[in-house]
Amino acid sequence: MRRNLEAIWMVARREFLDQLRDWRIVVPMLLLVSLFPFIADDTTRQAVNFMNRFGGNLILDHLVPFVVLVIGFFPLSFTLVVALESFVGEKERGTIEPLLSSPLEDSHMYLGKLLVGITTPLVFSYGSIGIYLFLISRRPVEFPGFYMLALILLLTFAHAVLMVSAAIVISVNATTIRAANLLASFVVVPVAFLLQGETVLIFWGNEDVLWYAIVAVTLLAGLLVRLGLAHFRREYLLGREIDTLNFKLMGRKFKERFVGEAHSVREWYFIEVPKLFRALKLPLVIVTGLALVTVIVSYMWVVLKVPDYVTLTPEIKTEVRTLVSENLANLDTLGEQLPVHMLFLHNARTTIIFLLLGLVSFGTLGLTLFLGNIGLIGGVLGAANLVGFSPLLTFAAGILPHGMFELSAIFLATAAMLKVGAQLVTPQPEKSLGEIFLLSLADWSRVFFGLVLPLLAVAAVIEIYVTPALIKLAFPYF
Amino acid sequence: MIETSDLSKQYNSDFWAVDGVTLNVQPGKILALLGQNGAGKTTTVRMLTALLSPTRGWARVAGYDVTKNPQEIRAAVGVLTEQHGLYMRMTGIEYLDFFGKVYGLSSSARKMRSEYLLEYFGLAEAGKRRSGEYSKGMKQKLALARALIHDPSVLLLDEPTSAMDPESSRLVRDEIARLRSSQRTIVICTHNLAEAEALADHIAIIYRGKILLNGTLDELKRAVLGPVEFEAQFADAFDAGELDLPEGATLLSRSATSLRFQVEAPQVVNPLLVNALTSRHAPLVSFQEVPRKLEQVYLKTMAEAQGVTYAA
Repeated sequence: MRRNLEAIWMVARREFLDQLRDWRIVVPMLLLVSLFPFIADDTTRQAVNFMNRFGGNLILDHLVPFVVLVIGFFPLSFTLVVALESFVGEKERGTIEPLLSSPLEDSHMYLGKLLVGITTPLVFSYGSIGIYLFLISRRPVEFPGFYMLALILLLTFAHAVLMVSAAIVISVNATTIRAANLLASFVVVPVAFLLQGETVLIFWGNEDVLWYAIVAVTLLAGLLVRLGLAHFRREYLLGREIDTLNFKLMGRKFKERFVGEAHSVREWYFIEVPKLFRALKLPLVIVTGLALVTVIVSYMWVVLKVPDYVTLTPEIKTEVRTLVSENLANLDTLGEQLPVHMLFLHNARTTIIFLLLGLVSFGTLGLTLFLGNIGLIGGVLGAANLVGFSPLLTFAAGILPHGMFELSAIFLATAAMLKVGAQLVTPQPEKSLGEIFLLSLADWSRVFFGLVLPLLAVAAVIEIYVTPALIKLAFPYF
Repeated sequence: MIETSDLSKQYNSDFWAVDGVTLNVQPGKILALLGQNGAGKTTTVRMLTALLSPTRGWARVAGYDVTKNPQEIRAAVGVLTEQHGLYMRMTGIEYLDFFGKVYGLSSSARKMRSEYLLEYFGLAEAGKRRSGEYSKGMKQKLALARALIHDPSVLLLDEPTSAMDPESSRLVRDEIARLRSSQRTIVICTHNLAEAEALADHIAIIYRGKILLNGTLDELKRAVLGPVEFEAQFADAFDAGELDLPEGATLLSRSATSLRFQVEAPQVVNPLLVNALTSRHAPLVSFQEVPRKLEQVYLKTMAEAQGVTYAA
């Protein structure tokens, strides 16, 4: 352990020295870092004056924490260049080969550069925040409490780890500094969006919610570090000078993976589908287990956490029952209001959104969205229970008929998405990151086109034409 | 020691950068790897340093397998890369100290080795300056010092004297020769044929990833240029007429004052040949081997490989 830490520090120390000796890095950073707090301080002064004149205490109370968060973010975004060029810069300058030829382990080099990549922006971020806090301490504005400040500093740290770990993944995989800098937008822009979400949380006023953001960002950053380490290969850094997109080869590899050993559609379903199920066994177990827990938790939450001001007297329950009964007639025209193909497309789009979110978060965001949707089932059943309907019967008549197909499809799509995320962070030394991505996408497509879409089509037909009839039949027994 | 068998590296599923390279370099020997740019020299060296994994075949360096023990190999090998790879904002002393640490040397060993190498390569004064201020030759010397910092048992040197002035080149060649005498195994990739000729015990010519020739300089000359040639020089015009040549000698060319022979086994044939000349009262002034350079071997081999006529 000590030897590893020493080796990591050795790599980091050299990089620190190198940066500190380069005035072209140090001077602009110092200028930007020392300039921002003064601009922010003046903006705060003007905002305070404005709100004192026209009102807006709610915003005023949360203004400083918000500015602290933004001030912390700016140095992170412009010092990202340090991390972005950590590997690809050395490659371009020709200094990487002696380092790679040395007995340093991959993790020593990777974590050493990660350490520098994180520390430099953080020093500037915290420095900037410190200057700003000093400046506003002289103003008649509410100074953030220690707890809030600690949360924001932690969040800034999580942002730094997230951005730098993503930048280093780019640096390892880019062939030129120019390409790495272009790809930086894929780091800065999503984190800027994330920052906007966190700003909403700050103005919302519930500072404890920031913990969720900290945990989520840290988890994502951890997965990115894992991805970087899993796919860090000396050979990749040296082996290629330019990247060429060979669409023909990519298409062939995708097709080979998609088709597998089958020669016809029938064979595909008989040979490849059982293989798919075997491959998805673990993710399916995880997804099903989490879905069950979510349904139970959301059901219990709705049933047990009824607000005091909601009093469900027998009269109200009867009123609800009558209201529902009167509206059952609308189910006869459901097909006109919501055509089958629209429902099918909506569900298909949802599974694609799960995948897209999963791709940028190694499965975590896709899984979160899936659980959010599944949680609704528990919520609906809990609400049914509250108004005196049988949850089991509601489930059996209102959800199960089409749910057998729809839920199976969504469970499969989520499991496949989770597997894509897992494959991305799993070391596969014989394959490049691009190849793993392509093959993972082919695996997901097999599940999507071969199973999910047919199941969703059946589910949509049942949901529009069968489920409403069953609900009407069963309603008297609800 | 370096041993390889059928060592091959494929890129992009259709291009073999190195194809079936088999080498054996014993301790105390120097192998010069010659070839055009892009012939596969650097890829071979990178596989020997365990930086690239072979697509086919195997290699053992310093007793370790390149695929199974990459860390051990990197610790045992000193590499001078194609580009010097110096950190420009570090001084020479800091640079060597950093790599000394990377190779796990103690503080005192680092100091001792750095001072020795800087002194040896004439960089003692410049050691305190940042390497960005060095001349090309000084940078190359510092890079070589880095490759030697941990006193490796195997050295892989890519163009060790490129960009150096004649004195520095000589210095480097002397150091390489000294390392050979201390039983190091050395591979040099070079375009400098005179250097290869002066230093190498074995020479391998690589073309499009394949080894075309591999052997000692004499073996290569014999294989490519034929048997050794000798020239007899005469004081006056000498009419050899129908000279009765011993078996194993062939008359290649003649002029009024000289004759050139190709001789199969000089130690046996030459005394008979000299005897044949003197018995004809030839005014013999000298009888010596015609110098044949590695350059001729290399150019002829390359010409044949490319299917063009070699103009001697």
